[in-house]
Amino acid sequence: MSTVPSASVSQGSTTTAGKGKRPRPPFGVPALSVIAVLIALFSLLPLGYVAYMTAATGWDTAAGLIFRPRVGELLGNTILLILITVPLSLVLGVGGAWLVERTALRGHRVWAVALAAPLAIPAFVNSYAWVSAVPSLEGIWSGVLIATLSYFPLVYIPAAAMLGRLDPAIEQSAASLGLGPWAVFFRVVLPQLRIAMTGGALLVALHLLAEYGAFAMIRFDTFTTAIMTQFQSTFNGTAGNMLASVLVLFCLGLLVVEVRSRGTARYARIGSGAQAKPTRLRLGVFQLPSQLALLALTVLAFGLPCWLVLRWVLLGGSAIWDAAEFIPALLQTLAYGLTGALVTTVVAFPLAYLAVRNPGWFSKALELSNYVTSSLPGIVVGLAFVTISIRLLPGVYQTSGLLIAAYVLLFLPRSLVNLRSGLAQAPKELDEAARSLGKSPWLAFLKVTLRLSAPAAAGGAALVFLGIVNELTATLLLSPNGTSTLATEFWSKSSEIDYSGAAPYALLMILLSAPMTYLLFQQSKKVAGQ
Amino acid sequence: MTEQSPSLLPAPRIAPAIASTTDPHLEIIDVTKNFGAQAVLKGVNLSVAKGGTTAIVGPSGSGKTTLLRLIAGFEYPDTGSISLNGRQVAGNGAWQPAHKRHVGYVAQDGALFPHLTVGQNIAFGLDHSALDGGRRAVRDRVAELLDMVSLDPAMAKRRPHQLSGGQQQRIALARALARKPELMLLDEPFSALDAGLRVATRRAVANVLNEAGVTTILVTHDQAEALSFADQVAIMRGGTLAQIGNPFVVYTRPADRATAEFLGDAVILDAWMEGSLATCSLGGIPVRRPPAQGAVQLMLRPEQIRIAPDGPIRGVVVDTDYFGPETTVRIRLAPKPGAGSDHRFPGGGEVITIRHWNASITKPGTELCLRVVGEGVAFPVEN
Repeated sequence: MSTVPSASVSQGSTTTAGKGKRPRPPFGVPALSVIAVLIALFSLLPLGYVAYMTAATGWDTAAGLIFRPRVGELLGNTILLILITVPLSLVLGVGGAWLVERTALRGHRVWAVALAAPLAIPAFVNSYAWVSAVPSLEGIWSGVLIATLSYFPLVYIPAAAMLGRLDPAIEQSAASLGLGPWAVFFRVVLPQLRIAMTGGALLVALHLLAEYGAFAMIRFDTFTTAIMTQFQSTFNGTAGNMLASVLVLFCLGLLVVEVRSRGTARYARIGSGAQAKPTRLRLGVFQLPSQLALLALTVLAFGLPCWLVLRWVLLGGSAIWDAAEFIPALLQTLAYGLTGALVTTVVAFPLAYLAVRNPGWFSKALELSNYVTSSLPGIVVGLAFVTISIRLLPGVYQTSGLLIAAYVLLFLPRSLVNLRSGLAQAPKELDEAARSLGKSPWLAFLKVTLRLSAPAAAGGAALVFLGIVNELTATLLLSPNGTSTLATEFWSKSSEIDYSGAAPYALLMILLSAPMTYLLFQQSKKVAGQ
Repeated sequence: MTEQSPSLLPAPRIAPAIASTTDPHLEIIDVTKNFGAQAVLKGVNLSVAKGGTTAIVGPSGSGKTTLLRLIAGFEYPDTGSISLNGRQVAGNGAWQPAHKRHVGYVAQDGALFPHLTVGQNIAFGLDHSALDGGRRAVRDRVAELLDMVSLDPAMAKRRPHQLSGGQQQRIALARALARKPELMLLDEPFSALDAGLRVATRRAVANVLNEAGVTTILVTHDQAEALSFADQVAIMRGGTLAQIGNPFVVYTRPADRATAEFLGDAVILDAWMEGSLATCSLGGIPVRRPPAQGAVQLMLRPEQIRIAPDGPIRGVVVDTDYFGPETTVRIRLAPKPGAGSDHRFPGGGEVITIRHWNASITKPGTELCLRVVGEGVAFPVEN
């Protein structure tokens, strides 16, 4: 009667959860909650580190380090970058999504994938391609160019997914109320895209704050590049820490702005249910200009970087394929990617399970803590882990375990979002049906819940893998001596202006990322509205 | 609805349920259940006879599904106890988890496993090692079960999403029957089906369970379903069972006004009770076991009020709703001049709603003669 305790435990669970009609998971909610709280506390480490460092520095020193022209310059650069890049990405992303989803664009199926494709090219590879072709690229406008081309798919993908499932009946009602196509777009369609747009804009802005490689390559200074420079010169200086705390404030501010501007849009979302397919607007004379515009965008964002990388590969010939160098890098990247994906999925499971089966303020708070952490740039997480490990646990500094832990924190939400939707497809009723058919709670969980959420878990793991393969900043800070991944190897080569030598690594990263990007694109269609 | 059958004698198909409570299959005693601050079940007592069919019927939110989940073992009662075959399975420190109760459960949407075929779904609960002959025996058993629920054995290879709603429900039933449970719980299994399919599926399920001799508890919010399916109906309201009895009794002699109105259309009139005769605008109506004397409320079922040329009561048609086979007719009863001064003799003038098959004689404005057949039910006046 091993299940007797779980039954008595469950009684407590309903009171701790504070919320009504919830089923009893096979393992007690309290046990799960303890694990989840530990994970959440762990994920708050970087934030805690920044707060502690700021407090420990003392106000006078901190003020002296923060209020100086250099920080003002960085602030100006960063704000300007965000203010220009985010609107541009919104225009390209939403415009592209609208053309692909709602107009009679020829070949819209191909365009739908083509516009998501730039996501397969890491921003620092994109930057490398451009710089290798136009060495004079420098400063804010180059930053804007590369960032926009790299990140507009972050707006495009959710916007396209949302547009594809907007109820056309609402637009038809608007038309019957006397609105023309343009008025329908601006007064009915665009407001419904609000969640997708604010979410996409937040992602773009956070990427701008976190990106190191792409901006370092074109010598454009942001907070992240400045922190990295500080770290490389003084290792763990107070100045770097203060820059990090300003950067963290920036990220938190963006989160608040996003929550505010999302406003009540969440509640106005249309319900589920069968709905007609949206009608496509005829383009007429705009067909050709639209095709040309999309062609130009795709060529700049995807075709050109790919071609440049290939060109460097071809120019380098066989000399650049040094098996002793790139095979270990490839293997280590795969090892980190797979391990990180696996660990992240395992860590995300209790959180997702609690969120789906036991919703309430408690699981909301847990999710929020992870959400906040995931908004922190890799450089801050890296810096926090370096300092904490050196001070408290010198044994783990520069171990692969620490690097994996950083990956888990950075990419946990990718797994979480997928697991949540997967678990939602394994409702408790199925679990109960299995139990009423004589399966013990554990067996029912294994054969039904776990089995049904497995595809979603795999999808989430794939996205974590994609993130790890293309991660540069935290990897540079935390990787053990002698470790080389595709990203770090690419970085050291391209920093030495060895464009040919870096090309194979860029190619491998793109090849590894391509299928995952396609997967992400496919998934966005399914979980639109999330 | 024939006009010549005023008989209100109990129909013969009922009664074993209550007679054999000495040896109940399922016994629920004083069960309460709270979710947080919300009391969902406030002391439920129910006894179900072996082989009987019980319907728990009530509006949504009355706690009926919670009760079913307690019986299945998905939830734990706060107080009270649940016994199966005389053995306590929940309450007073005893606890038997769901998978050891041998209780079949069919959920509202069937809850078929989407990742398994129909055959694998049905075989899910089978103890493979217990079946001699391995795979072949499993396949035969699946075919047998599919046949039992009148489905083609070839269906075993299909996926749940390829089936219609009615088929899914029958598969869910076959899956639950595979383990030969002695008690089957049905949680609104027909409510997701459209009207025509619902009746056919309900009848098919009732036949299967009846032939298998399985004690059945059906939870539903549809009173017609409850009355037609079960030989014992328990009406749930606000976390307690307001009345338990055979369908005929609960329909014709509801315990209170709310139950009366929940189970079907009711004509409620002010009346004056003296002895066992209630006087109202429809004349003197006999009442069995009146709860009070003096002012009461009298309940009649619409079908007890007939249009008859020689009827003693007059009324004028106000308006009608035509439904095809029958017409709902609202009739204003003729006022009785002078009677209004005496509170013992209601003054008439009330509007009542009855049903009639012939729309041509119920045009608005027509004066009709009415007759009441059978007994009424009196309730104390609500304040």
